[in-house]
Amino acid sequence: MSRPRIGWAVALVAILAAWQAWVRLRSVPDYLLPAPTDIAAALRDDRGRLASDGAQTAWEMLAGFAAAVAFGLVSAAALHFSATLRRAVYPLLVASQSVPVVAVAPVLVIYLGFGLAPKIAIVALVCFFPVTVNALDGLRSVDPEYLRVMRTLRASRLATFRRVELPWALPAVFSGARVAASYAAVAALFAEYAGGSAGLGETMQTATAQLDAPLVGAAVVVLAALALALFAAVSALERLAIPWARRAA
Amino acid sequence: MSEIVVVDATKAYGDVAVLGGVSLAVPAGGTVGLVGRSGCGKSTLLRLIAGLETPDGGRVAVAGAEDERGRLERCALMPQADLLMPWRDALGNASVPLENAGVPRGEARSRAAGLFAELGLAGFERARSWELSGGMRQRVAFARTLLAEKPVLLLDEPFGALDAITRAEMQEWLAGAMRALPRTTVLVTHDIDEALRLCDRVVVLTARPGSVACELDGGGSADRARERAVETLR
Repeated sequence: MSRPRIGWAVALVAILAAWQAWVRLRSVPDYLLPAPTDIAAALRDDRGRLASDGAQTAWEMLAGFAAAVAFGLVSAAALHFSATLRRAVYPLLVASQSVPVVAVAPVLVIYLGFGLAPKIAIVALVCFFPVTVNALDGLRSVDPEYLRVMRTLRASRLATFRRVELPWALPAVFSGARVAASYAAVAALFAEYAGGSAGLGETMQTATAQLDAPLVGAAVVVLAALALALFAAVSALERLAIPWARRAA
Repeated sequence: MSEIVVVDATKAYGDVAVLGGVSLAVPAGGTVGLVGRSGCGKSTLLRLIAGLETPDGGRVAVAGAEDERGRLERCALMPQADLLMPWRDALGNASVPLENAGVPRGEARSRAAGLFAELGLAGFERARSWELSGGMRQRVAFARTLLAEKPVLLLDEPFGALDAITRAEMQEWLAGAMRALPRTTVLVTHDIDEALRLCDRVVVLTARPGSVACELDGGGSADRARERAVETLR
Protein backbone atom coordinates (compact mmCIF):
# COMPACT_ATOMS: atom_id res chain seq x y z
CA MET A 1 0.00 0.00 0.00
CA SER A 2 1.42 3.33 -1.01
CA ARG A 3 -0.16 6.58 0.07
CA PRO A 4 -1.09 8.93 -2.73
CA ARG A 5 1.65 11.48 -3.17
CA ILE A 6 0.20 14.74 -1.87
CA GLY A 7 3.45 16.34 -0.72
CA TRP A 8 3.37 18.88 -3.52
CA ALA A 9 -0.20 19.91 -2.65
CA VAL A 10 0.73 20.46 1.00
CA ALA A 11 3.74 22.55 -0.06
CA LEU A 12 1.58 24.59 -2.47
CA VAL A 13 -1.01 25.34 0.20
CA ALA A 14 1.73 26.33 2.64
CA ILE A 15 3.31 28.72 0.13
CA LEU A 16 -0.05 30.28 -0.76
CA ALA A 17 -0.92 30.70 2.94
CA ALA A 18 2.42 32.36 3.69
CA TRP A 19 2.02 34.63 0.67
CA GLN A 20 -1.52 35.58 1.71
CA ALA A 21 -0.41 36.28 5.30
CA TRP A 22 2.55 38.40 4.15
CA VAL A 23 0.39 40.58 1.88
CA ARG A 24 -2.38 41.03 4.44
CA LEU A 25 -0.21 41.56 7.54
CA ARG A 26 2.15 44.02 5.83
CA SER A 27 -0.74 45.65 3.93
CA VAL A 28 1.14 45.38 0.63
CA PRO A 29 -0.85 47.26 -2.05
CA ASP A 30 -2.26 44.89 -4.68
CA TYR A 31 -0.58 46.68 -7.62
CA LEU A 32 2.77 45.67 -6.09
CA LEU A 33 1.94 42.16 -5.00
CA PRO A 34 -1.61 40.85 -5.17
CA ALA A 35 -2.67 38.28 -2.58
CA PRO A 36 -3.66 34.83 -3.86
CA THR A 37 -7.26 35.73 -3.06
CA ASP A 38 -6.98 38.85 -5.26
CA ILE A 39 -5.75 36.69 -8.12
CA ALA A 40 -8.57 34.25 -7.48
CA ALA A 41 -11.03 37.14 -7.61
CA ALA A 42 -9.52 38.32 -10.91
CA LEU A 43 -9.77 34.77 -12.28
CA ARG A 44 -13.48 34.80 -11.40
CA ASP A 45 -14.33 38.36 -12.49
CA ASP A 46 -12.42 38.26 -15.77
CA ARG A 47 -13.17 34.63 -16.62
CA GLY A 48 -14.74 35.49 -19.97
CA ARG A 49 -11.72 37.43 -21.17
CA LEU A 50 -9.25 34.93 -19.71
CA ALA A 51 -11.10 32.04 -21.33
CA SER A 52 -11.02 33.55 -24.82
CA ASP A 53 -7.42 34.72 -24.40
CA GLY A 54 -6.47 31.33 -23.01
CA ALA A 55 -8.12 29.59 -25.94
CA GLN A 56 -6.18 31.80 -28.35
CA THR A 57 -2.87 31.09 -26.61
CA ALA A 58 -3.66 27.39 -26.29
CA TRP A 59 -4.33 27.20 -30.01
CA GLU A 60 -1.01 28.91 -30.80
CA MET A 61 0.83 26.51 -28.49
CA LEU A 62 -0.85 23.43 -29.86
CA ALA A 63 -0.55 24.30 -33.54
CA GLY A 64 3.06 25.44 -33.16
CA PHE A 65 3.98 22.38 -31.14
CA ALA A 66 2.31 20.00 -33.59
CA ALA A 67 4.05 21.66 -36.53
CA ALA A 68 7.38 21.43 -34.71
CA VAL A 69 6.93 17.72 -34.01
CA ALA A 70 5.95 17.01 -37.62
CA PHE A 71 8.78 19.05 -39.15
CA GLY A 72 11.20 17.84 -36.50
CA LEU A 73 10.52 14.18 -37.27
CA VAL A 74 10.79 14.67 -41.01
CA SER A 75 14.02 16.68 -40.64
CA ALA A 76 15.53 14.13 -38.28
CA ALA A 77 14.73 11.32 -40.71
CA ALA A 78 16.22 13.27 -43.61
CA LEU A 79 19.37 14.07 -41.62
CA HIS A 80 19.56 10.43 -40.56
CA PHE A 81 19.37 9.11 -44.10
CA SER A 82 21.80 11.54 -45.69
CA ALA A 83 25.29 11.95 -44.26
CA THR A 84 25.88 14.82 -46.68
CA LEU A 85 22.83 16.66 -45.45
CA ARG A 86 23.85 15.97 -41.87
CA ARG A 87 27.31 17.44 -42.36
CA ALA A 88 25.90 20.46 -44.16
CA VAL A 89 22.85 21.28 -42.06
CA TYR A 90 23.41 19.98 -38.55
CA PRO A 91 26.07 22.55 -37.51
CA LEU A 92 23.83 25.32 -38.82
CA LEU A 93 20.91 23.90 -36.89
CA VAL A 94 22.91 23.98 -33.68
CA ALA A 95 24.22 27.47 -34.45
CA SER A 96 20.70 28.70 -35.13
CA GLN A 97 19.91 28.09 -31.47
CA SER A 98 22.16 30.96 -30.47
CA VAL A 99 19.83 33.42 -32.20
CA PRO A 100 17.37 34.49 -29.50
CA VAL A 101 13.68 34.17 -30.30
CA VAL A 102 13.19 37.69 -28.97
CA ALA A 103 15.25 38.89 -31.93
CA VAL A 104 13.52 36.74 -34.52
CA ALA A 105 9.95 37.36 -33.35
CA PRO A 106 9.59 40.96 -34.63
CA VAL A 107 11.01 39.94 -38.01
CA LEU A 108 8.44 37.18 -38.32
CA VAL A 109 5.70 39.64 -37.42
CA ILE A 110 6.88 41.88 -40.25
CA TYR A 111 6.84 38.96 -42.70
CA LEU A 112 3.69 37.20 -41.55
CA GLY A 113 1.55 40.04 -40.19
CA PHE A 114 -0.22 40.34 -36.87
CA GLY A 115 -2.47 37.33 -37.22
CA LEU A 116 -2.12 33.81 -35.96
CA ALA A 117 0.58 32.75 -38.45
CA PRO A 118 3.62 34.46 -36.86
CA LYS A 119 2.66 33.16 -33.40
CA ILE A 120 2.42 29.58 -34.61
CA ALA A 121 5.67 30.02 -36.52
CA ILE A 122 7.49 31.32 -33.44
CA VAL A 123 6.23 28.51 -31.21
CA ALA A 124 7.19 25.99 -33.91
CA LEU A 125 10.63 27.57 -34.25
CA VAL A 126 11.29 27.24 -30.53
CA CYS A 127 9.92 23.69 -30.25
CA PHE A 128 11.55 22.41 -33.42
CA PHE A 129 15.08 22.13 -32.06
CA PRO A 130 14.60 19.78 -29.09
CA VAL A 131 12.36 17.49 -31.15
CA THR A 132 14.78 17.29 -34.07
CA VAL A 133 17.94 16.83 -32.04
CA ASN A 134 16.45 14.19 -29.78
CA ALA A 135 14.86 12.30 -32.67
CA LEU A 136 18.14 12.32 -34.60
CA ASP A 137 20.06 11.13 -31.54
CA GLY A 138 17.52 8.36 -31.09
CA LEU A 139 17.78 7.26 -34.71
CA ARG A 140 21.56 7.27 -34.59
CA SER A 141 21.81 5.36 -31.31
CA VAL A 142 20.35 2.08 -32.61
CA ASP A 143 22.40 -0.93 -31.51
CA PRO A 144 24.36 -1.91 -34.66
CA GLU A 145 23.71 -5.60 -33.87
CA TYR A 146 20.03 -4.96 -34.63
CA LEU A 147 20.95 -3.45 -38.00
CA ARG A 148 23.14 -6.45 -38.84
CA VAL A 149 20.45 -8.94 -37.91
CA MET A 150 17.87 -7.05 -39.93
CA ARG A 151 20.13 -7.28 -42.99
CA THR A 152 20.11 -11.07 -42.73
CA LEU A 153 16.33 -11.03 -42.22
CA ARG A 154 15.53 -9.74 -45.69
CA ALA A 155 15.10 -6.14 -44.59
CA SER A 156 15.35 -3.29 -47.08
CA ARG A 157 16.70 0.05 -45.86
CA LEU A 158 13.13 1.30 -45.48
CA ALA A 159 11.99 -1.83 -43.62
CA THR A 160 14.87 -1.40 -41.17
CA PHE A 161 13.86 2.21 -40.65
CA ARG A 162 10.22 1.33 -40.07
CA ARG A 163 10.65 -1.76 -37.93
CA VAL A 164 13.80 -0.98 -35.95
CA GLU A 165 15.15 2.56 -36.16
CA LEU A 166 11.88 4.45 -35.79
CA PRO A 167 10.52 2.47 -32.82
CA TRP A 168 13.98 2.50 -31.25
CA ALA A 169 14.02 6.32 -31.51
CA LEU A 170 10.51 6.86 -30.12
CA PRO A 171 11.52 7.20 -26.44
CA ALA A 172 14.03 9.88 -27.46
CA VAL A 173 11.41 11.55 -29.66
CA PHE A 174 9.07 11.72 -26.69
CA SER A 175 11.68 13.21 -24.38
CA GLY A 176 12.35 15.83 -27.03
CA ALA A 177 8.61 16.45 -27.34
CA ARG A 178 8.29 16.87 -23.57
CA VAL A 179 11.03 19.51 -23.56
CA ALA A 180 9.37 21.20 -26.54
CA ALA A 181 6.00 21.13 -24.75
CA SER A 182 7.49 22.93 -21.80
CA TYR A 183 8.86 25.66 -24.12
CA ALA A 184 5.58 26.15 -26.00
CA ALA A 185 3.87 28.41 -23.45
CA VAL A 186 6.79 30.80 -23.10
CA ALA A 187 7.20 30.88 -26.87
CA ALA A 188 3.53 31.74 -27.39
CA LEU A 189 3.84 34.52 -24.80
CA PHE A 190 6.85 35.97 -26.62
CA ALA A 191 5.02 35.81 -29.90
CA GLU A 192 2.09 37.76 -28.47
CA TYR A 193 4.41 40.35 -26.93
CA ALA A 194 6.01 40.85 -30.31
CA GLY A 195 2.78 41.85 -31.93
CA GLY A 196 -0.50 40.49 -30.72
CA SER A 197 -4.06 41.65 -30.60
CA ALA A 198 -5.31 38.75 -28.50
CA GLY A 199 -4.06 36.05 -26.19
CA LEU A 200 -2.74 35.88 -22.64
CA GLY A 201 0.45 37.74 -23.56
CA GLU A 202 -1.52 40.67 -24.87
CA THR A 203 -3.72 40.68 -21.74
CA MET A 204 -0.65 40.63 -19.52
CA GLN A 205 0.83 43.59 -21.38
CA THR A 206 -2.32 45.71 -21.10
CA ALA A 207 -2.91 44.69 -17.50
CA THR A 208 0.68 45.56 -16.60
CA ALA A 209 0.30 48.99 -18.20
CA GLN A 210 -2.80 49.54 -16.07
CA LEU A 211 -1.06 48.27 -12.92
CA ASP A 212 -3.73 45.57 -12.72
CA ALA A 213 -1.43 43.05 -10.98
CA PRO A 214 -4.24 40.64 -10.00
CA LEU A 215 -5.21 40.25 -13.66
CA VAL A 216 -1.55 39.69 -14.61
CA GLY A 217 -1.38 37.03 -11.91
CA ALA A 218 -4.59 35.44 -13.16
CA ALA A 219 -3.19 35.32 -16.73
CA VAL A 220 -0.02 33.70 -15.39
CA VAL A 221 -2.14 31.05 -13.63
CA VAL A 222 -4.01 30.27 -16.86
CA LEU A 223 -0.76 30.13 -18.84
CA ALA A 224 0.83 27.80 -16.29
CA ALA A 225 -2.24 25.58 -16.46
CA LEU A 226 -1.96 25.44 -20.25
CA ALA A 227 1.75 24.58 -20.08
CA LEU A 228 1.12 21.83 -17.54
CA ALA A 229 -1.79 20.47 -19.58
CA LEU A 230 0.33 20.21 -22.75
CA PHE A 231 3.17 18.57 -20.86
CA ALA A 232 0.77 16.10 -19.19
CA ALA A 233 -0.88 15.34 -22.53
CA VAL A 234 2.47 14.50 -24.12
CA SER A 235 3.42 12.31 -21.15
CA ALA A 236 0.09 10.51 -21.30
CA LEU A 237 0.46 9.95 -25.04
CA GLU A 238 3.94 8.56 -24.40
CA ARG A 239 2.62 6.03 -21.89
CA LEU A 240 -0.07 4.98 -24.37
CA ALA A 241 2.15 4.88 -27.45
CA ILE A 242 5.26 3.18 -26.09
CA PRO A 243 4.31 1.19 -22.97
CA TRP A 244 7.26 -1.10 -23.67
CA ALA A 245 9.82 1.65 -23.18
CA ARG A 246 9.50 1.61 -19.39
CA ARG A 247 9.48 -2.17 -19.18
CA ALA A 248 12.29 -3.05 -21.54
CA ALA A 249 14.86 -0.69 -20.05
CA MET B 1 28.01 -30.78 -52.81
CA SER B 2 29.18 -28.26 -50.28
CA GLU B 3 26.74 -25.44 -49.66
CA ILE B 4 29.25 -23.34 -47.71
CA VAL B 5 32.84 -23.19 -48.89
CA VAL B 6 35.48 -21.16 -47.09
CA VAL B 7 38.98 -21.25 -48.55
CA ASP B 8 41.91 -19.69 -46.73
CA ALA B 9 39.85 -16.74 -45.47
CA THR B 10 41.67 -14.01 -43.58
CA LYS B 11 40.30 -10.99 -41.78
CA ALA B 12 41.92 -8.27 -39.73
CA TYR B 13 40.51 -5.27 -37.87
CA GLY B 14 43.19 -2.61 -37.98
CA ASP B 15 46.37 -4.25 -36.76
CA VAL B 16 44.60 -7.19 -35.16
CA ALA B 17 44.53 -10.29 -37.35
CA VAL B 18 41.37 -12.12 -36.32
CA LEU B 19 41.28 -14.91 -38.89
CA GLY B 20 44.52 -16.31 -40.23
CA GLY B 21 43.49 -18.45 -43.17
CA VAL B 22 40.47 -20.60 -42.36
CA SER B 23 39.17 -23.27 -44.71
CA LEU B 24 36.05 -25.31 -44.19
CA ALA B 25 33.20 -26.84 -46.12
CA VAL B 26 29.65 -27.56 -45.03
CA PRO B 27 27.58 -29.95 -47.15
CA ALA B 28 24.00 -29.01 -47.98
CA GLY B 29 21.83 -30.05 -45.04
CA GLY B 30 24.88 -30.62 -42.88
CA THR B 31 25.52 -29.26 -39.42
CA VAL B 32 28.95 -27.98 -38.51
CA GLY B 33 30.02 -26.75 -35.11
CA LEU B 34 32.68 -24.08 -34.75
CA VAL B 35 34.53 -24.35 -31.47
CA GLY B 36 37.31 -22.19 -30.09
CA ARG B 37 38.36 -19.86 -27.33
CA SER B 38 36.72 -16.45 -26.98
CA GLY B 39 38.22 -14.02 -29.45
CA CYS B 40 39.45 -16.66 -31.91
CA GLY B 41 37.32 -15.22 -34.68
CA LYS B 42 34.31 -17.55 -34.57
CA SER B 43 31.78 -14.74 -34.80
CA THR B 44 33.83 -13.00 -37.46
CA LEU B 45 33.84 -16.15 -39.57
CA LEU B 46 30.07 -16.34 -39.16
CA ARG B 47 29.66 -12.72 -40.28
CA LEU B 48 31.86 -13.44 -43.31
CA ILE B 49 29.71 -16.40 -44.30
CA ALA B 50 26.55 -14.37 -43.69
CA GLY B 51 27.66 -11.71 -46.15
CA LEU B 52 27.77 -9.00 -43.49
CA GLU B 53 31.49 -8.59 -44.05
CA THR B 54 34.05 -9.34 -46.76
CA PRO B 55 37.23 -11.35 -46.17
CA ASP B 56 40.56 -9.56 -46.65
CA GLY B 57 41.93 -12.62 -48.40
CA GLY B 58 40.70 -16.02 -49.53
CA ARG B 59 37.21 -16.99 -50.67
CA VAL B 60 33.85 -17.39 -49.03
CA ALA B 61 31.00 -18.84 -51.06
CA VAL B 62 27.46 -19.85 -50.15
CA ALA B 63 25.74 -21.99 -52.75
CA GLY B 64 28.23 -20.68 -55.25
CA ALA B 65 27.62 -17.02 -54.45
CA GLU B 66 30.75 -15.14 -53.47
CA ASP B 67 29.44 -11.56 -53.37
CA GLU B 68 28.08 -10.11 -50.12
CA ARG B 69 24.61 -9.70 -51.53
CA GLY B 70 24.43 -13.28 -52.75
CA ARG B 71 25.57 -14.61 -49.38
CA LEU B 72 23.14 -12.34 -47.52
CA GLU B 73 20.30 -13.70 -49.62
CA ARG B 74 21.09 -17.26 -48.58
CA CYS B 75 21.97 -16.91 -44.89
CA ALA B 76 20.06 -16.08 -41.74
CA LEU B 77 22.06 -15.14 -38.64
CA MET B 78 20.94 -15.72 -35.08
CA PRO B 79 23.11 -13.58 -32.80
CA GLN B 80 24.14 -14.41 -29.25
CA ALA B 81 21.98 -11.70 -27.74
CA ASP B 82 18.40 -12.52 -28.75
CA LEU B 83 17.84 -8.94 -30.00
CA LEU B 84 14.08 -9.24 -29.70
CA MET B 85 12.22 -6.00 -30.25
CA PRO B 86 10.39 -4.90 -27.11
CA TRP B 87 7.94 -2.92 -29.24
CA ARG B 88 6.62 -6.16 -30.75
CA ASP B 89 5.08 -9.19 -29.10
CA ALA B 90 6.67 -12.63 -29.47
CA LEU B 91 4.75 -13.53 -32.62
CA GLY B 92 5.42 -10.08 -34.08
CA ASN B 93 9.14 -10.58 -33.47
CA ALA B 94 9.17 -13.95 -35.19
CA SER B 95 7.24 -12.63 -38.19
CA VAL B 96 9.61 -9.69 -38.85
CA PRO B 97 11.48 -11.44 -41.70
CA LEU B 98 8.18 -12.34 -43.39
CA GLU B 99 7.01 -8.74 -43.15
CA ASN B 100 10.39 -7.62 -44.48
CA ALA B 101 9.82 -9.90 -47.45
CA GLY B 102 6.52 -8.14 -48.14
CA VAL B 103 4.08 -10.62 -46.59
CA PRO B 104 1.08 -8.71 -45.16
CA ARG B 105 1.15 -8.49 -41.37
CA GLY B 106 -1.84 -10.73 -40.68
CA GLU B 107 -0.61 -13.49 -42.96
CA ALA B 108 2.92 -13.20 -41.58
CA ARG B 109 1.57 -13.62 -38.05
CA SER B 110 -0.51 -16.65 -38.90
CA ARG B 111 2.42 -18.31 -40.64
CA ALA B 112 4.63 -17.61 -37.65
CA ALA B 113 1.93 -19.01 -35.37
CA GLY B 114 2.19 -22.37 -37.09
CA LEU B 115 5.89 -22.51 -36.34
CA PHE B 116 5.29 -21.39 -32.75
CA ALA B 117 3.33 -24.54 -32.09
CA GLU B 118 6.10 -26.66 -33.56
CA LEU B 119 8.78 -24.97 -31.45
CA GLY B 120 6.93 -25.29 -28.16
CA LEU B 121 5.99 -21.63 -28.04
CA ALA B 122 2.21 -22.03 -28.24
CA GLY B 123 0.48 -19.77 -25.73
CA PHE B 124 3.28 -17.19 -25.77
CA GLU B 125 2.25 -15.47 -29.01
CA ARG B 126 1.32 -12.19 -27.36
CA ALA B 127 4.00 -12.19 -24.67
CA ARG B 128 6.43 -9.30 -24.64
CA SER B 129 10.15 -9.95 -24.51
CA TRP B 130 10.45 -8.92 -20.84
CA GLU B 131 7.77 -11.44 -19.92
CA LEU B 132 9.72 -14.34 -21.44
CA SER B 133 12.46 -16.40 -19.81
CA GLY B 134 15.91 -16.49 -21.40
CA GLY B 135 15.22 -19.87 -23.00
CA MET B 136 11.89 -18.72 -24.41
CA ARG B 137 13.47 -15.60 -25.83
CA GLN B 138 16.05 -17.73 -27.64
CA ARG B 139 13.27 -19.90 -29.06
CA VAL B 140 11.51 -16.84 -30.42
CA ALA B 141 14.81 -15.61 -31.89
CA PHE B 142 15.29 -19.04 -33.45
CA ALA B 143 11.78 -18.96 -34.90
CA ARG B 144 12.56 -15.53 -36.37
CA THR B 145 15.76 -16.89 -37.93
CA LEU B 146 13.89 -19.83 -39.46
CA LEU B 147 11.17 -17.57 -40.84
CA ALA B 148 13.77 -15.70 -42.86
CA GLU B 149 13.34 -18.86 -44.99
CA LYS B 150 16.99 -19.06 -45.95
CA PRO B 151 18.75 -22.32 -46.80
CA VAL B 152 21.58 -21.60 -44.35
CA LEU B 153 21.28 -20.98 -40.59
CA LEU B 154 24.18 -19.35 -38.77
CA LEU B 155 23.80 -19.63 -35.00
CA ASP B 156 26.22 -17.54 -32.95
CA GLU B 157 26.43 -18.98 -29.43
CA PRO B 158 22.65 -19.17 -29.19
CA PHE B 159 22.78 -20.45 -25.61
CA GLY B 160 25.81 -18.51 -24.40
CA ALA B 161 23.81 -16.33 -22.05
CA LEU B 162 21.74 -19.09 -20.46
CA ASP B 163 22.24 -20.87 -17.15
CA ALA B 164 23.48 -24.49 -17.22
CA ILE B 165 20.11 -26.19 -16.71
CA THR B 166 18.25 -24.07 -19.24
CA ARG B 167 21.17 -24.53 -21.59
CA ALA B 168 20.93 -28.32 -21.41
CA GLU B 169 17.19 -28.14 -22.01
CA MET B 170 17.68 -25.83 -24.95
CA GLN B 171 20.28 -28.12 -26.49
CA GLU B 172 17.76 -30.98 -26.38
CA TRP B 173 15.19 -28.68 -27.85
CA LEU B 174 17.47 -27.44 -30.64
CA ALA B 175 18.51 -31.01 -31.52
CA GLY B 176 14.81 -31.82 -31.96
CA ALA B 177 14.10 -28.65 -33.91
CA MET B 178 17.04 -29.30 -36.25
CA ARG B 179 15.85 -32.85 -36.89
CA ALA B 180 12.31 -31.65 -37.61
CA LEU B 181 13.33 -28.66 -39.76
CA PRO B 182 16.66 -29.57 -41.35
CA ARG B 183 18.82 -26.78 -42.76
CA THR B 184 22.46 -26.27 -43.50
CA THR B 185 23.66 -25.03 -40.13
CA VAL B 186 26.80 -23.54 -38.66
CA LEU B 187 26.73 -23.44 -34.87
CA VAL B 188 29.30 -21.32 -33.08
CA THR B 189 29.95 -22.22 -29.48
CA HIS B 190 32.78 -22.38 -26.97
CA ASP B 191 31.24 -25.50 -25.48
CA ILE B 192 32.78 -28.62 -27.07
CA ASP B 193 30.10 -30.93 -25.66
CA GLU B 194 27.38 -28.79 -27.12
CA ALA B 195 29.01 -28.84 -30.54
CA LEU B 196 29.57 -32.61 -30.47
CA ARG B 197 26.03 -33.28 -29.33
CA LEU B 198 24.35 -31.09 -31.94
CA CYS B 199 26.58 -31.29 -35.01
CA ASP B 200 27.69 -33.86 -37.62
CA ARG B 201 31.12 -32.31 -37.73
CA VAL B 202 33.03 -30.03 -35.42
CA VAL B 203 35.74 -27.64 -36.51
CA VAL B 204 38.13 -26.57 -33.78
CA LEU B 205 39.79 -23.19 -34.27
CA THR B 206 43.13 -22.13 -32.79
CA ALA B 207 43.52 -18.99 -30.70
CA ARG B 208 43.63 -15.66 -32.56
CA PRO B 209 44.38 -15.34 -35.39
CA GLY B 210 42.04 -18.28 -35.84
CA SER B 211 42.77 -21.13 -38.17
CA VAL B 212 41.53 -24.70 -38.23
CA ALA B 213 43.26 -26.82 -35.57
CA CYS B 214 41.36 -30.03 -36.30
CA GLU B 215 38.07 -31.44 -37.51
CA LEU B 216 36.09 -34.02 -35.59
CA ASP B 217 33.09 -36.21 -36.18
CA GLY B 218 30.16 -35.34 -33.93
CA GLY B 219 27.35 -37.59 -32.81
CA GLY B 220 28.28 -41.21 -32.03
CA SER B 221 31.97 -40.89 -31.45
CA ALA B 222 31.39 -38.05 -29.05
CA ASP B 223 33.50 -39.18 -26.15
CA ARG B 224 36.59 -40.00 -28.17
CA ALA B 225 36.21 -36.82 -30.18
CA ARG B 226 35.83 -34.78 -27.03
CA GLU B 227 39.15 -36.00 -25.70
CA ARG B 228 40.87 -35.11 -28.91
CA ALA B 229 39.30 -31.66 -28.92
CA VAL B 230 40.35 -30.97 -25.34
CA GLU B 231 43.83 -32.21 -26.24
CA THR B 232 44.00 -29.85 -29.20
CA LEU B 233 42.88 -26.81 -27.23
CA ARG B 234 45.33 -27.44 -24.41
